[in-house]
Amino acid sequence: MQPNDPILKLRDVQVHFPVKTGVFKRVTGHVRAVDGVDLDVRRGEVLGLVGESGCGKTTLGKAILQLVRATQGTVTYSGEDGETELTSLDDAGLFRFRKRLQIVFQDPHSSLNPAFTIFGSLEDPLRHYGVKTREERRKIVGDLLEAVNMRRESMDRYPHEFSGGQRQRIGIARALSIEPELIVCDEAVSALDVSIQAQVLQLLMALKREKNLTYVFITHDLSVTEYLCDRIAVMYLGKIVELCDAEDLYANTLHPYSEALLSAIPVADLDKKSRRIVLQGDVPSPVNPPSGCPFHPRCRYAVDRCKTEVPELRRFKSAKGEHMAACHLIDQPLAE
Amino acid sequence: MTDANATRPRTRRDAQFDKIRDREAALAGTRQRTGRFMSKFLNNRLAVMGFVIFAVICLMSLFAPLIAQHDPMSPNLRAIAKPPSAEHWFGTDKTGRDVFARVLYGGRISILVGLGSALLSAIIGVIIGVYSGYVGGWLDWIAMRISEIFMSFPQIILVLLLVAILGQSLLNLIVIFTLTGWGGIYRMARARMLSIREEEYVQALRSFGLGPARIAYKHMLPNALGPIMVNITLSTAAFILQEAGLSFLGLGVPLSIPTWGNILNAAQDLRVLEQNWWIWLPVGATISLFVLSVNFIGDGLRDATDPSQQG
Ligand SMILES: Nc1ncnc2c1ncn2[C@@H]1O[C@H](COP(=O)(O)OP(=O)(O)O)[C@@H](O)[C@H]1O
Ligand code: SF4
Ligand SMILES: [Mg+2]
Repeated sequence: MQPNDPILKLRDVQVHFPVKTGVFKRVTGHVRAVDGVDLDVRRGEVLGLVGESGCGKTTLGKAILQLVRATQGTVTYSGEDGETELTSLDDAGLFRFRKRLQIVFQDPHSSLNPAFTIFGSLEDPLRHYGVKTREERRKIVGDLLEAVNMRRESMDRYPHEFSGGQRQRIGIARALSIEPELIVCDEAVSALDVSIQAQVLQLLMALKREKNLTYVFITHDLSVTEYLCDRIAVMYLGKIVELCDAEDLYANTLHPYSEALLSAIPVADLDKKSRRIVLQGDVPSPVNPPSGCPFHPRCRYAVDRCKTEVPELRRFKSAKGEHMAACHLIDQPLAE
Repeated sequence: MTDANATRPRTRRDAQFDKIRDREAALAGTRQRTGRFMSKFLNNRLAVMGFVIFAVICLMSLFAPLIAQHDPMSPNLRAIAKPPSAEHWFGTDKTGRDVFARVLYGGRISILVGLGSALLSAIIGVIIGVYSGYVGGWLDWIAMRISEIFMSFPQIILVLLLVAILGQSLLNLIVIFTLTGWGGIYRMARARMLSIREEEYVQALRSFGLGPARIAYKHMLPNALGPIMVNITLSTAAFILQEAGLSFLGLGVPLSIPTWGNILNAAQDLRVLEQNWWIWLPVGATISLFVLSVNFIGDGLRDATDPSQQG
């Protein structure tokens, strides 16, 4: 198990939700929330997953954890005991792997059960994984809270007594409680003030170093990913349109959608300041995605070919490992 | 708590967080959840008044043998249809039975029927609604269809059927009320679950692989308890009224057992209605007062548990 071996392999993962309309609840279409994602997550890396709201990031994160089941494709976990296809396991079979994958959620207001104290919320998973006595559980929860820079005594308080940043830290403590290998952070700091964002991000990075974690870091905010991520995957309408080293994405942007996203980040350096590319129109509906390249109605480079032909995710030359992008107009792909 | 940190060297981040921690400690409230709930409930004057009336009527019924001077069942041929007096506080009925004693003893049965049916329907409705609402799928579909069948069946026809088949009895009445009543609380519990199920803490519990029953009953149900308690109080009131209505028609509890409805039954006689007001007015007032007090309690509970009003 080398540091850079894939911990997760996603192959053609699709999640389609049925759309039911009318009195008789007939299925009249599908929301293609995730529409054919190929992706490797490497052990020990921070993989950013960015894209506008509604492009399927959360759904992909949940599909990794099997909280929603992929309607097609496979998610394969590899660890010390070889490779396991999670998508083919039932709940009982998944039990062993639940321990290795965890998630931190976006909304600090709904991520903790208002009817329980922090200890009440955090102890049940521990009991589920075999921590028998109450004293042991109290010690573990206390240690976890200290690991996220909160007081031990906080465990006997209710969620409404905490601020958003504190609740988010408790959510991180909960995810850490069963010592996972990979944590999906779904917009883990998006709901927080900028100053508190920085604290939580620092905490996440410190914990990653301490515990050798792998993160899939979901966000719609590209200014967060640069600081944090090793690689970045850009998503649009359920598909990955660009995947590369984090620095490469900023220095050597290939896909027109990534270019538009990046131009929207406020830049401090005046020389670097580029014209902001305003994306026209709204994100198209994932129920009826556009033909050809899903980005073509909003792409300023679009040509006729884009309306009919779906661009493949192709590999391009890069100094920093592989650089993948899905666009017809980019030249010189590396031969497969 | 600082010992645990002592093992690793302190960094600037630690100092930073110490400051934040101190601020948080200063801000942290000490009020408990139950305390807040109680104070909200107690601030609601109608609810407190309702609770006092409710408690008085319940206690008086419970201790009827100690309070009432007369037997509610034994006729007294020397005191037939006598108006209220020092001997008989609410007078006597047409067979000379003490109305005050009958109202007290009747309360035992009526409250038992109302509260018992409400609790039984709540237990059934909650057990089914909480689980099926959380897991969804075909189980939810079947539960929904069954509840629709029971709810769309006219209660009066069910009563007639059961009385015809099984005869009149206290237990039958409770069974009928439960059968026709569980659907309402089932739907409410289910609807609450549907909205709670998307909350992120539920998703987090699922990501730990906790079983659906554990998640639904242990972690989600407590967040639906407020509306469920409100529903129990309101259906208690409704069942007591229904018992009175059915007994008035002679279809409820057997007439030999005093209940509020059976006492009221005497008012079917137009002469009683016109001339012997003490036979029906006190019991009518008691029913109204009791139902009103239970409704006030329900409203108070609703306000006290409403999360949108938590401050
Ligand atoms: N349970 C669901 N049922 C139906 N549609 C859903 C469901 N969850 C998400 N969607 C739809 O899938 C799309 C992607 O949603 P999501 O993954 O939450 O996007 P993001 O996290 O990137 O904002 C959206 O159009 C959303 O409406
Ligand atoms: S394929 Fe065409 S429409 Fe799509 S991003 Fe490239 S240029 Fe734009
Ligand atoms: Mg999301």
